[in-house]
Amino acid sequence: MLHPVPGSTGAAPPLLSLEDFTVAFAQGAGRTRVVHGIDLTLQRGEALGIVGESGCGKSVTWLAALRLLGKRAVTTGRVLLNGRDLSGFSERELADVRGGRIGLIFQDPTSCLNPILRIGTQIGEALRLHRGLTGKAAEREALRLLDRVGIADAPRRLRQHAHELSGGMNQRVMIAIALAGEPDVLVADEPTTALDATIQAQILDLIRDIRRDTGMGLVLISHDLGVIADLCDRVAVMYAGRVVETAATQDLLGSPRHPYTRGLLAALPSLEGPRVRLTPVGGTVPSPDAMPPGCAFAPRCAYAEAHCGNGIPVLQPAGTGHLSACRRLDALMGEWQRQAAREAGRHDPVVQDLDWPNRDRQRELSA
Amino acid sequence: MTPLLNVRDLACRYRVTGKRGETHWLHAVDGVNFTLDAGRTLGVVGESGCGKSTTAKLVLGLQPASRGRITFAGEPVSATRDSHWRAMRRRMQMVHQDPLAALDRRLTVGEQVIEPLIIHGLKGGPQTPRERALALFDAVGLRAAMFERYPHELSGGQRQRVVLARALVLDPELVVCDEPISALDVSVAAQVINLLQDLQGRFGMAYLFISHDLKVVRQIADEVAVMYLGRIVEQGAPDDLFHTPAHPYTEALVSAIPTVGQRDRKRIVLAGDPPNPVDRPAGCAFHPRCPRATAICRSEVPPLRPVAEGRLAACHLVPAVSARSAAA
Ligand SMILES: Nc1ncnc2c1ncn2[C@@H]1O[C@H](COP(=O)(O)OP(=O)(O)O)[C@@H](O)[C@H]1O
Ligand code: SF4
Ligand code: SF4
Ligand SMILES: [Mg+2]
Repeated sequence: MLHPVPGSTGAAPPLLSLEDFTVAFAQGAGRTRVVHGIDLTLQRGEALGIVGESGCGKSVTWLAALRLLGKRAVTTGRVLLNGRDLSGFSERELADVRGGRIGLIFQDPTSCLNPILRIGTQIGEALRLHRGLTGKAAEREALRLLDRVGIADAPRRLRQHAHELSGGMNQRVMIAIALAGEPDVLVADEPTTALDATIQAQILDLIRDIRRDTGMGLVLISHDLGVIADLCDRVAVMYAGRVVETAATQDLLGSPRHPYTRGLLAALPSLEGPRVRLTPVGGTVPSPDAMPPGCAFAPRCAYAEAHCGNGIPVLQPAGTGHLSACRRLDALMGEWQRQAAREAGRHDPVVQDLDWPNRDRQRELSA
Repeated sequence: MTPLLNVRDLACRYRVTGKRGETHWLHAVDGVNFTLDAGRTLGVVGESGCGKSTTAKLVLGLQPASRGRITFAGEPVSATRDSHWRAMRRRMQMVHQDPLAALDRRLTVGEQVIEPLIIHGLKGGPQTPRERALALFDAVGLRAAMFERYPHELSGGQRQRVVLARALVLDPELVVCDEPISALDVSVAAQVINLLQDLQGRFGMAYLFISHDLKVVRQIADEVAVMYLGRIVEQGAPDDLFHTPAHPYTEALVSAIPTVGQRDRKRIVLAGDPPNPVDRPAGCAFHPRCPRATAICRSEVPPLRPVAEGRLAACHLVPAVSARSAAA
């Protein structure tokens, strides 16, 4: 189940890779599998986006990979950090990895921070654990970190508690704590979803700046393709616990090669171009205990044919560094390319070869 | 023609207690004016805490205003909760973000769609209440088989459809939607946006559509109002307003939206958080974050005035046009 991944030819192992990784949750007597064999690679310094609707397994994949889900989550496959399998790590070594080599931030910063400890204590704890800093040295570094994440008046903030700070400020504090261990990669799960638009823009810029300064890698989990497009070099689209498409960001957005990705893009309202009726993907993500046979997207797919229900489609080449898991890939690529040629110039250049079978039903809403 | 909804100088303040027990006034809404015609959609955008939801509650008379006047179909709206208010409330409905919170988990969703007909003692015309509710199930795209289900047995998108069916069962003229799709996934959100548009085409109600999502508002609104700290700072047709914003706050808000289209677009990043409405900055409330602020901005409040055809803005730097040239 290994596939060629762009940039993986060099001698040094990738920073982080998942190989045929699965996650199941104990449920009653049995188990429900929610992640079904994922292969993903993150090169040193790379920014990888993970996109998909809720319940597709985006968060569970990374939480389970870092063994943050406890005993109820059972995993198989391998998680390699610099070529070393995390399954061989002791709890102690793992604790060093989390917050050390790998920084983590989540959607709701205020509930991730300890409500009764001062901000300074929490940053100090991370500095002690991962850098061995204490006393004056730790305090100096904490001040530098708060300054780095753009928090003014740092000495006063260190003495405050999470509830005294805004959501945007708390997310900056979470980033400061993540940076305390000087991580090689930041795993950010919906880091701006709970924030207002202008604050989201601040946080996205901050993450971009830090990456420019430190070369830190990024795994950005988001339901928002706009946010992913903003920060990521490469994108993996997840559906029902599998990666269904992966490509460089521009390629994925410019010429999506999986019906689900095309569906997500066609469903997005836009600020630019003419107002056209949206083309939703019908239905919803299947629940893990009621997975359709064969291609899990088939019940919602406008291109599905009878044979889509026979066996699970595997990722196959769909362009340079571009993989798509669709049984009808060859036929559809031809169809999409012909449509793109026909429609060239008629649509927003970014989605110009994006076409959905019932596009002609779209009507101009602006009149 | 009198507008369906006419809001004049609306204000609402809350008394809040400070750390040392002292009293402050929080001006959630502070002098808002707008009109909404029958069958049209006014979108209201702005960041959390700017007064969008308070405006919604005031319009529905769910909460008393501290100043100003609201008229609905020519009659004053007051938060008196008497028979007059109830009769009026029948014609104005509300849909909000969390459909699960809006529904009663102990009743089937079918019963909950019938319920308003019974509360208001309506027969629903020639149909029985059940027939009427089933007709609305069909209109919002729910199968009749769903009628006997309980809220937790439905998906988020289906629940929001139930909430819509219940809002529409009384045939309202106005539906106030407060972040109705914010909790939904991309594809389901698109289904609900299309549904809202189809239902408006079919039943002709007006929407007051509140959202923090500019793209969604652009998709659905005929007119957009941008709020900042309790006031409207810019208003106009969606495409004009989002493509050529006049107010520096609208400009920053638009440029903050990450899009799949323009990757290397220059972004205006505003410093700091929106200020607390308890200590609203003097002059233009946006001045501490405004990249263009000048001396006058710190002392004088810019009025909301016509700046182009069909466009209002409240900024000292945007020249006003006279009413006549605005209409030309
Ligand atoms: N603790 C848990 N126990 C059982 N199932 C879970 C648990 N956490 C998540 N799941 C299920 O795993 C699937 C993937 O969830 P998640 O990774 O949160 O998706 P995403 O991040 O893409 O929204 C979902 O079906 C979810 O209901
Ligand atoms: S395999 Fe079939 S059902 Fe699945 S995405 Fe491709 S065309 Fe659609
Ligand atoms: S009035 Fe001044 S501070 Fe306010 S938006 Fe205009 S330029 Fe900025
Ligand atoms: Mg998630």
